[in-house]
Amino acid sequence: MNAKKSVDPVLELTGVGKSFGNVVALRDVSLAVYPGQVTCVLGDNGAGKSTLIKILSGVHQQSEGEFTLAGQKAEFNSPRDAMAKGIATVFQDLATVPLMSVWRNFFLGNEPKKWWKPLGILDTKFAKETAKTELMNMGIDLRDTNQAIGTLSGGERQAVAIARAVYFGANVLILDEPTSALGVRQSGIVLKYILAARERGVAVIFITHNPHHAFLVGDHFYLLNRGRMTASFVREKVQLDELIQAMAGGAELDTLTHEISVIRQD
Amino acid sequence: MTAVKTDERIQRVSLFTKALRRPELGALIGALVIFTVFAIVDTTGQFAQLQGAAGWTKFAAPIGIVSIFVALLMIAGEFDLSSGVMVGSAGLLMGNLISEAGMGVWPALLTTLVFAAFVGLANGYLVIKTGLPSFIVTLATFFVLKGVNLAVTKLLTGTVRVDGVDTGEGFDTARSWFATKIEFGGASFQVSVLWWIGFTIFATWLLTRTTFGNWIFASGGDPNAARNAGVPVARTKITLFVLTSVAAALVGCMTLLELRGMQAGQGIGQEFYYIIAAAVGGTLLNGGAGSAIGASIGAIIMGFAAIGIPYALWDQDWVSTFLGVILFLAVLVNTWLSKQAKGARK
Repeated sequence: MNAKKSVDPVLELTGVGKSFGNVVALRDVSLAVYPGQVTCVLGDNGAGKSTLIKILSGVHQQSEGEFTLAGQKAEFNSPRDAMAKGIATVFQDLATVPLMSVWRNFFLGNEPKKWWKPLGILDTKFAKETAKTELMNMGIDLRDTNQAIGTLSGGERQAVAIARAVYFGANVLILDEPTSALGVRQSGIVLKYILAARERGVAVIFITHNPHHAFLVGDHFYLLNRGRMTASFVREKVQLDELIQAMAGGAELDTLTHEISVIRQD
Repeated sequence: MTAVKTDERIQRVSLFTKALRRPELGALIGALVIFTVFAIVDTTGQFAQLQGAAGWTKFAAPIGIVSIFVALLMIAGEFDLSSGVMVGSAGLLMGNLISEAGMGVWPALLTTLVFAAFVGLANGYLVIKTGLPSFIVTLATFFVLKGVNLAVTKLLTGTVRVDGVDTGEGFDTARSWFATKIEFGGASFQVSVLWWIGFTIFATWLLTRTTFGNWIFASGGDPNAARNAGVPVARTKITLFVLTSVAAALVGCMTLLELRGMQAGQGIGQEFYYIIAAAVGGTLLNGGAGSAIGASIGAIIMGFAAIGIPYALWDQDWVSTFLGVILFLAVLVNTWLSKQAKGARK
């Protein structure tokens, strides 16, 4: 957490905007993402979080502004391009195939091969053993990697997706609302794995609408509102209250609190 | 299986639960029950003998060869309703190439398989590009080919049948590969049975031991997640459409070589047998799970019915009714089994 500014950002956006026809989804967004740190992007529904993720992961290209990766201009035409450059995205609910086993999911799209590679013969022994040890290293203890991943809890599934991205050498890991569909305990599990990835030197981009979760793990906080970057904080200089206030738009939340208290007065 | 570190919790997964997870288990139990029933009601004393086996495998092999690939396609989440009519199209094309165009049997066979590959490619490409359900796209292909089969055959031969294939050059060698009989223990088996076994092994290996197999499961299980993980979903599906079409064409060519001719209506309706075999064998209709062995077991069950019913001196017309009931029961049991397997795990 020290020496924050002495390290160069691995990923940087400068004045990035995106419009679809005449709808401006994102305008003038600038952020810097550092290795070994968790960068949180907070925003309510419709703030432009999804558009931002899609630009970062190569699904969309920005309409304006600069997107640099390790100082180089990033030009992605597909998520595959982004992946090849070390940007892995774990989508909210689209990260794993429920009916497939844990080890098959772990290596999906990056299957280990043996003998003559073009034949595409799976090295199942290696895959099963590696999946088990890698998950163990992230603190995920599964009794059997042959079980269908759909039988794991939501938190564990997210954790497997995170472990997979880390194993395949992601240096930037984008997490799209990883805790939004989870209960308190499960969310805690995912937050723990976010920190585990951080410890391994990965630059984590944690996208969420939950300031409590962000506050627990984040090093940097960026706030999105209606397609614009409205505030940014660093960990040492922010309190949870400020984060919640800023996210809800300060005055708006006060008004809302007042209105609700009137209704509940009876 | 090999040198798994001892973990006391592994014991909780009993052999029974493990067996329940296999998609073909329901079909295997069903096949044993049906075999036993037909062996009991058999009046000829041959059903459970090698002669009987030669009979039911002769019926099952051509269905099995196609249904294996139909199963792979269904695991990837797609249907091919044109697979039945393709059997006819391939036989008729090969027949006409030999008798009308004077081609040798082997070049005609090869041309036919290439033609089938293109039809499969068209099916797959249209499904991916239009985003329409493969049920509709291949249903259209089915009717297009059905019309072409009749119209072109009539145009070329003046009848609804292609004949004179056995005069073609290389007919006997081709027949020895695809349509001969093999004597085994006093019974004569079709050589197509060997092809069927070969394809079952190949498809099982493809599905469970290769990268491509992983992609098949992923493409059907959750195409979005698969795409996000970098799986070429479109390419996987198109390849499977091509394989299915070529497998159907191979069966068409085998049938032509065996019968030395072919009717224009050949193969129509067979697509349902393929889908039934795959479904009975534990392949999920909405994709993501299934097995090639299961589809082959499904085909054997059909062979049992086709031979067992006349052997029991029942009316042959009941075969379809029997298959309908089996299909319903099998899918019911398979669904129940997969729920049990899931429940037993957590």
